[in-house]
Amino acid sequence: MTTLGFCDLGVRYGDTEAVRGFNDLLHAGEWLCLIGPNGAGKSSVLRAAAGLVRYSGSVAVDQVEIPAASPKWRSRRIAYVPQSPVMPVDMRVGEYVLLGRNPWVAHFSGESAADRAAVRSVIEALELGALAGRRVGELSGGERQRMVIARALAQEAPVLLLDEPTSALDVGHQQHALELVDRLRRERGLTVVSAMHDLTLAGLYAERLVLMHQGVRVAAGSASEVLVPEVLAEFYGASVRVHTDPDGTVVVVPVRSRSGTVPG
Amino acid sequence: MSAPTTTAAASPLERPQRVAVLVAVGVAAVAVAMVVGAMVGPAGPAGWRVPLALLDRLPWVSVDSGLTARQWDVVWMIRAPRVVLAALVGATLSLAGASYQGVFRNPLVDPYLLGAAAGAGLGATVVFAVGRSSTSAWPVDPLPLAAFVGALVAVAATYVVGAAFGGARSGASLVLAGVAVTSFATAIQAFILQRNSDVVRQVYSWILGRLSTATWGDVRLVLPYVAASTVAMLLHRRLLDVLRVGEDEAAALGAHVRRIRLVVVLAATLGTAAVVAVSGLIAFVGIIVPHAVRLVVGPSYRRVLPVSLLAGAVFLVLADVPSRVLANPAETPIGVVTAFLGAPFFLALLRAREVRQ
Repeated sequence: MTTLGFCDLGVRYGDTEAVRGFNDLLHAGEWLCLIGPNGAGKSSVLRAAAGLVRYSGSVAVDQVEIPAASPKWRSRRIAYVPQSPVMPVDMRVGEYVLLGRNPWVAHFSGESAADRAAVRSVIEALELGALAGRRVGELSGGERQRMVIARALAQEAPVLLLDEPTSALDVGHQQHALELVDRLRRERGLTVVSAMHDLTLAGLYAERLVLMHQGVRVAAGSASEVLVPEVLAEFYGASVRVHTDPDGTVVVVPVRSRSGTVPG
Repeated sequence: MSAPTTTAAASPLERPQRVAVLVAVGVAAVAVAMVVGAMVGPAGPAGWRVPLALLDRLPWVSVDSGLTARQWDVVWMIRAPRVVLAALVGATLSLAGASYQGVFRNPLVDPYLLGAAAGAGLGATVVFAVGRSSTSAWPVDPLPLAAFVGALVAVAATYVVGAAFGGARSGASLVLAGVAVTSFATAIQAFILQRNSDVVRQVYSWILGRLSTATWGDVRLVLPYVAASTVAMLLHRRLLDVLRVGEDEAAALGAHVRRIRLVVVLAATLGTAAVVAVSGLIAFVGIIVPHAVRLVVGPSYRRVLPVSLLAGAVFLVLADVPSRVLANPAETPIGVVTAFLGAPFFLALLRAREVRQ
């Protein structure tokens, strides 16, 4: 079980400040979801934690600051699933998942029998067995998503970062993917950070939501604390109704403006 | 696990044995091609006697090949170094081509991409312009040296410019810098040629590639560079597979993308520069051989790299045979043969890909 901490995280792209003064501490096994409008800096937080952009401040795994120049150290602890992963269409699914072992394989050697066994067990756990010999290009969107998650799991990293894991999926596959992540989080004690646009799904699966706006966190808490019409109107410029089901599920529904203008 | 699961999941597991089989077949093919290469030539003994003579030279084997000492000299001092050099050049160019394609994730890249060809051409042109007659007295032949240095300088310039203008991990800026450096070097070369039009013919024939003057000295000259660059490239074959998911994801998987690219480009350039220095510019080998190999063994670099190495050797040794006998007794430049075979092959390959998709 592993904690993940952000301390005064800042990300700049040239003159643009994408993230400023971001702090958070995830307890072990927690699922934190970053929400916020496009360009709020959600992906930048994830990309910083994955080591893909330069950042100021620090990211710490189990209170150990990630060394800047060690992709291998980082990739053994943090697995990252990008928003639109590159699909090497002629690669076999089994080979693709095997790439997840890279953090554990010595630079110039091949994967060991243990690496291959780990990949087999991940493939089995995600019910990809029948697809392992197929080409990536032959898979459907939902199958690809499972394959990418399988690669992340093969890393055996205790922290999992998911950037918009469900945006390309239909409602059924969205549910399957998030249920899968949730199951794996419980079974393996993964600490999860995801960025999501669907507020209802975010509130449904994440234990805590952090709302970002223009690179700064502006609200944090449980779904019922953050998903409030006034807050969403202010930062999304959206007019929404929020229902709370008897079981506590918070449902966010956009309101259609009959006059054809969006208030806010 | 159900039965189909086992076979499917096992596919990545079978690879080590399959690579070993492919490599064994490839080594055998190289040996056969080299014997065939040694059998053919405008002068010398009857072809079928050559394998016997070669067998006779093996330890503990004695065969009466019927070759005279002079005929054996033709085989051993003229044909053998040429065949060995062709194998080294073909192997290096196709391995370097495959490595470049992997590191830039672009199937149309060849080993001359980052300016190696233009730089080598410029270096050779300068030597020809200074005059071969005045350099013949030098203790070291400056031609391969100038081509070698020209290639390395051009690629270094590309790398510096590309790294200065590109982002942290962008391969595209490097490719564009290579285009700029190539144009620049070609322009200088054209300027020099225009002022020294008497050497145009020599430069032209150098550019078309040549193996005809190969000696054991040439082989000894390139062997260290070829060996070092080959080892370095082959060591990266698994990491090139990791790069297939893009620079960002490879980095997130723990790959040191910039370091891998630097080392692979350096190794591929060193090997390319060395073989260009002794053989001139031999076109197309670095593109068509890796592509043909992919059609046979699939896209994984763990197979593409070693098999390209061997297939490249076979291809150039065999391509050199028609270049010796087509216009007998004159030589057809090897670069003409490879491009003449390469261009239609390339088109057929593109067509096959389209049909499959």
